[in-house]
Amino acid sequence: MSQDINSTPPPTAAAKSVFGSRFIAAARRRRTIETRWKAVPRPARALLVLVLVVFIYLLPSLHLPIIPTSSDFTALLAMIIIPYVLVALGLNVVVGMAGLLDLGYVGFYAVGAYSLAILTSQHATVPWLLSIPISVGVSMLAGLLLGAPTLRLRGDYLAIVTLGFGEIIRLLAKSSSWMGEQSGIGNIKSPPNIGPIKFSGTIQERNIAFYYLAVTFVIVVFFFLRRLESSRVGRSWTAIREDEDAAELMGVPTFKFKLWAFAIGAGIGGLSGTLYASNVRFINPDNFQLKLSILFLAAVVLGGPGNMVGVMFGAVAVSYLPERLRFLNTSRYFWFGVVLMVMMVFRPQGLLPRKLRARIKPRDSDVPAFVDVSEGDPDLEGGSHGTATA
Amino acid sequence: MQKSKLGRLAAATLGMALVIASCGSDTKTPAGTTADSTGVSTADTTGAAAGVTCDGITIGYLGALSGDNGALGQNMVNGAQIAIDDFNAANPDCKVSLDKQDSQGDPAQATPLATTLANNASIIALIGPGFSGESKATMPTFETAGLPVISPSATNAKLTTNGWKMFHRILANDDKQAPGVVQLIKGTIKATKVGVIDDASDYGKGLADSVRTGLAELDIANATIDPKAADYSAAVTAMKDAGVDTIFYSGYYAEAAKMLTQLRDAGVTATFVSGDGSLDPAFITGAGAVADGAYLTATGAPPDVNADFAAKFNTAYGTVPGLYSPESYDCAQVILAAIAAGKVTRADMAAFIDAFDAPGITKPIKFDATGEPEGSAVFYTVVEAGKLVSKGLIP
Amino acid sequence: MTLSLGGFLTFAGFLSRFWPSTITGLVLGAVYALVALGYTLVYGVLRLINFANSEVFMLSAFGSFLTIEVLNIPQRLASGGDPIKTGWELVGVLALCLLVSVLIGGLSAVLVERIAYRPLRQRNAPRLVFLISAIGASFAISEAVGEWGPQRRKEYALTKFFKKEQLFKIFGADVYNSNVIVVVGAAIMALALVLFVSKSRVGRGIRAVAQDAETAKLMGVNVDRIILITFLVGGLMAGGAAFLYEIHTPFARYDVGFSIGVKAFTAAVLGGIGNVRGALLGGLLLGLIESWGSSLFGSDQNIGNVAAFVTLVLVLMVRPSGLLGESLGRSKA
Repeated sequence: MSQDINSTPPPTAAAKSVFGSRFIAAARRRRTIETRWKAVPRPARALLVLVLVVFIYLLPSLHLPIIPTSSDFTALLAMIIIPYVLVALGLNVVVGMAGLLDLGYVGFYAVGAYSLAILTSQHATVPWLLSIPISVGVSMLAGLLLGAPTLRLRGDYLAIVTLGFGEIIRLLAKSSSWMGEQSGIGNIKSPPNIGPIKFSGTIQERNIAFYYLAVTFVIVVFFFLRRLESSRVGRSWTAIREDEDAAELMGVPTFKFKLWAFAIGAGIGGLSGTLYASNVRFINPDNFQLKLSILFLAAVVLGGPGNMVGVMFGAVAVSYLPERLRFLNTSRYFWFGVVLMVMMVFRPQGLLPRKLRARIKPRDSDVPAFVDVSEGDPDLEGGSHGTATA
Repeated sequence: MQKSKLGRLAAATLGMALVIASCGSDTKTPAGTTADSTGVSTADTTGAAAGVTCDGITIGYLGALSGDNGALGQNMVNGAQIAIDDFNAANPDCKVSLDKQDSQGDPAQATPLATTLANNASIIALIGPGFSGESKATMPTFETAGLPVISPSATNAKLTTNGWKMFHRILANDDKQAPGVVQLIKGTIKATKVGVIDDASDYGKGLADSVRTGLAELDIANATIDPKAADYSAAVTAMKDAGVDTIFYSGYYAEAAKMLTQLRDAGVTATFVSGDGSLDPAFITGAGAVADGAYLTATGAPPDVNADFAAKFNTAYGTVPGLYSPESYDCAQVILAAIAAGKVTRADMAAFIDAFDAPGITKPIKFDATGEPEGSAVFYTVVEAGKLVSKGLIP
Repeated sequence: MTLSLGGFLTFAGFLSRFWPSTITGLVLGAVYALVALGYTLVYGVLRLINFANSEVFMLSAFGSFLTIEVLNIPQRLASGGDPIKTGWELVGVLALCLLVSVLIGGLSAVLVERIAYRPLRQRNAPRLVFLISAIGASFAISEAVGEWGPQRRKEYALTKFFKKEQLFKIFGADVYNSNVIVVVGAAIMALALVLFVSKSRVGRGIRAVAQDAETAKLMGVNVDRIILITFLVGGLMAGGAAFLYEIHTPFARYDVGFSIGVKAFTAAVLGGIGNVRGALLGGLLLGLIESWGSSLFGSDQNIGNVAAFVTLVLVLMVRPSGLLGESLGRSKA
């Protein structure tokens, strides 16, 4: 079975013949965004990032033309778009960085949301600030508990197990009175006010406060992951993603790092869940349907798995598009599906694909990032045992 | 060359965004705040608004129009639209419009929409929120904005215990329906062994649990179904096994029809009872001939009780009114009566609704201090020869 | 955590529910198995989860409904006529509906391949992209039916066009003619498929492509054609499954495919994805487990769903490539 779920099927087997080869030009084009950015001097880069951050914080206050939708824009940003960005960053750790297909990410999102709801409303009144780390911890634990027995599974088997996990969490919440059953949990606590940022003020104050909070979460997580990506952990993930067997042979403890990816991804998913729960103040099992997992995955794939900036764009696209299409009324999800298909056809590598594996494959610069070595599964790629070269 | 490709992509994206935006931008005119207060305070809104300036006055709707529960939301807006069309035909100088916002019944989607509706000054009252979940998530917003809402369908009993001033509902809550169901099963049907099946939904589970408590002295068999499942054989087997003589199904009409069909297919002949969630003609079309003899309870009259409304509905949409259509019509009638009475600010509207006391098509409409409808008598309907036949109050 | 499992059953209760729930499980399992075949075939050949297979099922279900409408049977029933009971008329109606359903299934599966997959194959896209494109197609198809279909977002309920009758009993559990039609129908279709894949020329082609597309191409197999045929066959199976499902429960909605699709896909993985016999076994097992789970533990269908997924997780922990392993290429079927 081909190891990297982001990759094309191994080119020597089905791919080269079944799939026409046209991606070398695409690979060259891909490199440009990354290299051009790298070419900018470091202080200028820092300044640009700072300007961007300030711009993002001010976004709802700028009253830009065109972009706002028929929904209240601040609320939309705070409630849907930015949480999606956070989720996409978390799922990207699992799918994009470590190459593990997760179809039940909503499960961790639910664990985070339910932990917060249970801690601040259903069974206790723990302060919000304390509940967040506990909830994230519980989500990470859920990631470990799910990952430990199942991460030895590969590719699509892992996908279906995670899908099952997401469903099990939802169904448990639905039939457990401890978790509020279908009628859900209400009166979930909001964060405490911080000076002029009032979580308990008027609607506008509250929305903007949540927007700031969500953006802050995203920025913190982004830089945390950036550090992680360039560390030993990140390099190990890349190695696992590209070829797990080779990584194992080279001494990478693949299982341990896969588990790490799962736990970190789960923690970020849980964090977004807490954000959602404290903003909506009411959750029930219907908020955590399988469809959401699929949309999260779509955000990552659309953006370009492995590229953090890319998946953030993907998340914005997936969450913003249905709102933008509201003028189509109830047919908007039909058009959303069509747009999803069309975008995949025209940008199969994602809006911003991840950087080339320049470090890993120095010999052969024309080999695109997605070519990976088949794990040599005995069936489909029967004859392709580790012979994937350009 | 590389740069140009990037540029082209950006340009294309921006272009697309512009096109979409230009299609999507809808301009809203703020409401005329001055109003002639030549009020007429009855539910009869025909021709009453003479002299009232009501340019751009809008009634909001918040609920599911697509997604799992889209069909219920469509019933609601269709019902409300009948009232609004009648009003506009009778008052050519005072046209009211309906601003429909589709939340898919999802609290997360509903919240930004609620803010939009609350910020739109031309909206002076709202029909909805459709479901209890989204009500819990959006009511704080409407409270702060002072926007009165009347829900045609949110029946969770706890909703009115939050101290919300702006919340009203037409349908009595689930706890008020349950005693009626119990009375019907014990008194009218004289059941000895009862099966209670729920669909694990907020509504279905809540009502079923209240009924279970009320029937505690009888022999009860329980089952829970997953409304999305292919078939309900597990519940059917449980009922057959227990040998029940009466079955109460707590859930919505589509599943009620499926459930009844499968019960009868399996040879279960127990009397079938269901609540107001099943009070939709689609229950009869779905179940076919076996629907005959089924009892349906409601805290209002069945959808086709008002022949005039049913006829108008049929002319407009080519079907009979569905679940929540008449309730939505009543919601709209209350709001339109206020507009006819010159109450065109949110505060006036709220005061008018609180003091409202006139007959609607489903029942006399009057709200108590918490927004619950007063007079929660439970009616029942029996399906006879493929028709809903109202039997009046449960004795 | 306190799960409201309801009351566990006594031994006598267990026995009296065991056989009825087994029969239900077999019926459900037969439907799952046929849909699972669509997933497994495409996976075997392309290594892709064909997410849109569930919508193929939904379209076929609507197709068989529309056929019955066209045949004017509901009107006949409404005007006091008899439902079709037995004899050649019933056989004719069933055969016609099956034919329409299967044709719609095959056709829509081929269309999905053309629109959502082929452009991506030509671009040599990453595997995940196929998944998202398929999800896009799935959204578009089901929303299109929900938006512009015959019943829009409402349940499409069909007055029963044939009468369910109890045929015989197994250990006290009633067996209806519909149960027999579903199980026998599914068995015939599955057998035909197994024979097709293992004996026919095209079937050999499918296996060859599944095993090694490159070599198959060198040996003169038209790979594009084989892929198209694989989708066609998968669609035919989903179409047949949809029709049998309609015999069992004559209701459909624009989103009926989703939950069945998830179950069928789970079944395919349970048996070993890519393996035809695995999909059949997985389907039957999943149907049984779901049915037993809902029936024996307090009559709560959500428990049945939990049982299905928990079983899947447990099986994969012991047998990481499913019960029978993945081997469309190597196996004889």
